[in-house]
Amino acid sequence: MSELINLSLTDQIIGLADKSFSSKEITGAYLNEIKKKESLNCFISVFEEESEEKALMADENISKNKARPLEGIPIAHKDIFCIKDKKTTCGSKMLSNFISPYSSEVFSKLDTAGAITLGKTNMDEFAMGSSNETSFYGNVLNPINEKLSPGGSSGGSAAAVRANLCSFATASDTGGSIRQPASFCGVTGIKPTYGRVSRWGMIAFASSLDQAGIIAKNAKDAAIALKYMSGFDRKDSTSLNEEVKDLQKEVDADQEHVIGIPKGLIENIKNVQVQDSFKNAISILEKDGAKIEEINLPHIEYSLPAYYVIAPAECSANLARYDGIRFGHRSESVSSLEDLYVNSRTEGFGREVKNRIFIGTFCLSAGYYDAFYNKALKIRNLIKSDFDEAFKKVSSIAMPTCSDSSFELGSISDPIEMYEQDIYTIPANLAGLPALSIPSGTADEMPIGLQLIGNYLEEGRILNLANKFQKLTDFHEFK
Amino acid sequence: MSLNNWQPVIGLEVHVQLATRTKLFSSSPIAFGAEPNTQASEIDLGLPGVLPVLNKEAISCALKFGCAINAEISEKVIFARKNYFYPDLPKGYQISQLDDPIVGKGSVEIKLGEKSKIIGVTRAHLEEDAGKSIHDLYSNNSAIDLNRAGTCLLEIVSEPDLSSAEEAVEYLKKIHSIVTFLGISDGDMSQGSMRCDANVSVKRPNDRELGTRTELKNINSFKFVEKAIIFEIDRQIKELEKGGKIIQETRLYDSKKNLTRSMRSKEEANDYRYFPEPDLIPIKISKDQINDVRKNLPELPEIMKERFMNSYELSDDNAELVTINKETAFFFEEVLSYKVSPKNAVNWITGDLFALLNKNDTSISESKVNPKHIAEIIQNIEDQKISGPSAKKLLEIVWSEGGEIQELIQKEGLKQISSDDEVEKILDEVISENQKQFEQLKSGKDRLQGFFVGQVMKKTSGSASPQVVNKLLKDKLSK
Repeated sequence: MSELINLSLTDQIIGLADKSFSSKEITGAYLNEIKKKESLNCFISVFEEESEEKALMADENISKNKARPLEGIPIAHKDIFCIKDKKTTCGSKMLSNFISPYSSEVFSKLDTAGAITLGKTNMDEFAMGSSNETSFYGNVLNPINEKLSPGGSSGGSAAAVRANLCSFATASDTGGSIRQPASFCGVTGIKPTYGRVSRWGMIAFASSLDQAGIIAKNAKDAAIALKYMSGFDRKDSTSLNEEVKDLQKEVDADQEHVIGIPKGLIENIKNVQVQDSFKNAISILEKDGAKIEEINLPHIEYSLPAYYVIAPAECSANLARYDGIRFGHRSESVSSLEDLYVNSRTEGFGREVKNRIFIGTFCLSAGYYDAFYNKALKIRNLIKSDFDEAFKKVSSIAMPTCSDSSFELGSISDPIEMYEQDIYTIPANLAGLPALSIPSGTADEMPIGLQLIGNYLEEGRILNLANKFQKLTDFHEFK
Repeated sequence: MSLNNWQPVIGLEVHVQLATRTKLFSSSPIAFGAEPNTQASEIDLGLPGVLPVLNKEAISCALKFGCAINAEISEKVIFARKNYFYPDLPKGYQISQLDDPIVGKGSVEIKLGEKSKIIGVTRAHLEEDAGKSIHDLYSNNSAIDLNRAGTCLLEIVSEPDLSSAEEAVEYLKKIHSIVTFLGISDGDMSQGSMRCDANVSVKRPNDRELGTRTELKNINSFKFVEKAIIFEIDRQIKELEKGGKIIQETRLYDSKKNLTRSMRSKEEANDYRYFPEPDLIPIKISKDQINDVRKNLPELPEIMKERFMNSYELSDDNAELVTINKETAFFFEEVLSYKVSPKNAVNWITGDLFALLNKNDTSISESKVNPKHIAEIIQNIEDQKISGPSAKKLLEIVWSEGGEIQELIQKEGLKQISSDDEVEKILDEVISENQKQFEQLKSGKDRLQGFFVGQVMKKTSGSASPQVVNKLLKDKLSK
């Protein structure tokens, strides 16, 4: 059965439809593999029995020709998405006892499309981290080299896809949390346009930056999965009321591409292997007919500081609800209301989450608001206009996903050095643009990613370009 | 102390609970007196992953108020998070407005005896209410009821234009009358639908600068507003005349002891760390929308009063009395729909009915007396079918038991005998029984006239009309 789990989503859909194999078989195969690779620590929860039951129902639907688009496809959800009656921890001790009474829109849409939820994947606590080391449930191991980090915060999802523990996995990206782990694990990850996928039921880190997306084996699979996850949702006021394009069609369409490369970018890539692989990827696309243009993004160098004001500021308010009163961790040593707050939060949150709450609270404090938060918002607007200007002449923008390939677990202790992991990924979050990462080579024998950023609602275009690249190369194939 | 040497400066912040069907950011219903925590959805509970969706009905309520006080209306409405911890504030922040309140500068006119005064309104903004903490239900714990959490409030902030407790009460009554006439709130202060904080300071009449102010919280009836402000003005003057200083602080009004006491100083005040709510997009308000609200604005008390004076020839005082609130004005007009004289209607409503309402401390809508009752009582008097005392008796019966006027007249034997034949027959009886006295009356002993009228009244148990008896007696004497 192990060959079933190696198949792409596209082939699994075909195989189930023509009854070459059943959902029961493929689900069973994944559940076995999850057990076998438990030491990778990809999952916080696994729903074994329920998945098996759902697989039987899926097979029945298929046999009655009532199959839904993703009928019987076993997937995993990042543990940031609430699922009714299921533990939803967000990788935190604070929510280690939280059973959600409602479901996120991401779960509901994929569930309605027929996908089977095998379990919920490990992640950095409240999606804050770039190595998966901030999780209350312990870090995930990189399936390619278990000494190394899978990246974060969606490290569980990226590692689960790479280790063939699910067909694809949902994930979320606030500053690079889909693309960086995708790059580290050699898989394809896409963060769509802000507002393309509903945030309802996705536990908030930084509301104006958070966006749900997909980690999959390749661009085609990601396109199919994203298609069924996208769409307007009345329950999310920031959700875009725009038509959902048929990404499945668009990923294979005959499209022309003009790729923009920021001026000075290539020279500034410090890691020679990353620089070479980037140049190589661009030349492959150029040979295939894409036009390459130099563009100007003068303000993106301020992305990191702007991000590390805006995201913590929003997080300081978003995480205020974890007060030990209504749900979540409540300290047992309490003799006053003040104690209840202070002790519950001190015990329930990990160090990195506390760091960010402190930074955010400080940035919003009286007398500092204009110096930090307001200035960060201005930078954000400048970065948006830079991109608007660039997209007048190009159809996508290419950058590396990360400065390096994966690092050893425990090797980065300086938070600033960890924050710099996001240097290439953050601009797309600040501007709300769709961006993806595809494997484009290796550095020190570990995968590195090529990042493609698209214009608003043009996730089809970057997926099309990514698919083109994957037809020409085999970096995305698991060896 | 002498108030003559001091000038109080008062501004009010009035919180009006809007009579929307659902909460400001969730679809939970709003009903007073429901079982605790039965009207709180996942949004009101501030569960992880929930998002607010603005209730458009609240926008339209706020626009009505803005148009009614001729205020500037903001072209775009932006919500902000106001951060503070409190157990009945589920998210750890309140969604409120800081910049660009929906309603800007406007004004209302208040009556002070013969004179009137314009009071400026600085702004009115929308915000969600918190829940309720109940401290006296359990011995060692506080209870939290989140039914009220998320209900729509309009916070109306006045300029410091009020110079006495009396003016403050008049202003509050005016706001009450506007919001109830507009139908945007039930204005019920006893159920917390209208709550008020007062900013109070005193200064010497020639001082240009205002004195240090204190903020009085928790003054939730017209009576308490008056008492709290009187107490606070008195306290501040005494303190200053002693050579002391006023500390800028928040003070709580204790209605049982009729005093204000310090709650927290300026230094202890929260830094609310306001920032724009990232979960909501700015709402645009068009000129058309405002014009539409203005066109469909219900009749406001001033305009209704003028109409009553013109169409029903009411005096200024009477018109003021029946437009004191929406219920009374509607009651009055419904009484008139039964074609009774407006003057009689005003007298009965503002005289006997108001007396009963005041005595029983209730409102016109809660009483058993309906407009038909009043109209029929008036009609029976106008047709001389019942006497004045009988009418008062009828009102008291319907006040306590309700019922149909015609049936009650029969049942209680209150019908006035007005047919001349009937009365004449009884008069003849009286005359034949008292021949001697009749002769004396005939010979000029006028004071015996009262005796005969009295005897007839006695025989008819008071249901004959004294005017008719007098007239008939005069006829008989002149024969």
